[in-house]
Amino acid sequence: MSMKRRTFLKGTLAGSTVGVAVSAGLLSPQAVLAAYPKDAFKNKEVSGALNELLGSADTATSGDITVKAPDIAENGAVVPITVETSLPAESISIVAKENPSPLVASFDMTDAASGYVSTRIKMGKTSDVMAVVKSGGKLYSGSKEVKVTIGGCGG
Amino acid sequence: MAGIKIRAKASDGEVTLKTLMSHPMETGTRKNSKTGETIPAHFIEEVTVSRNGTTVITGYMSGGVSKNPYLSVKFKGDKGDKVTVAWTDNKGQSESGEATVG
Repeated sequence: MSMKRRTFLKGTLAGSTVGVAVSAGLLSPQAVLAAYPKDAFKNKEVSGALNELLGSADTATSGDITVKAPDIAENGAVVPITVETSLPAESISIVAKENPSPLVASFDMTDAASGYVSTRIKMGKTSDVMAVVKSGGKLYSGSKEVKVTIGGCGG
Repeated sequence: MAGIKIRAKASDGEVTLKTLMSHPMETGTRKNSKTGETIPAHFIEEVTVSRNGTTVITGYMSGGVSKNPYLSVKFKGDKGDKVTVAWTDNKGQSESGEATVG
């Protein structure tokens, strides 16, 4: 009996770092397993970043993806971007084509999630903002040009 | 690190969640204008949005997301659901916040 208890305690201690984080709601079990796609974010090319992230850079333009963004962004440090899609999205990625690192953010969507993401990004200069949606194992994209008056990257 | 603001509203079985996270989101390429030293990268890498303890959306970010990130997402849910937003940054710091869907 006492041996079993000892073993149990050991097991608890070993798993405690992750266990505490999970029970505190800081990290979901999925988040612990999923790896941060560091190389994709560091890649300087749009195609390279998409290859690293999604395994392909072959995107088909889709009318079912809407990218809402201002025509002219006076301040490149804060550019509001909203991506909406009627496609059943597995992931939605936001790419600012002319940024030093074009991949800005990517969202993994479960079945419960609607095809909608809105956030604010930095843009170095005028460029297309592309939304890449993974749906049914294929990649679809939509984009919109944003003219940037004052860049938001760098000093 | 002044917390996470979360607002979530349900309509026709869909929750619209809006959140604001306090974070500098340094890219690591900016220089201090006085000293010329590069300001080290410090940004949120991962954000999870959960509903009643189950992850619905996992977001990965870079320094390309604006300072004090704003994020809005939509997912299935109803009034009274508990929603959680949690982030982890590249320095291993983390924070989470919870709200009830109204």
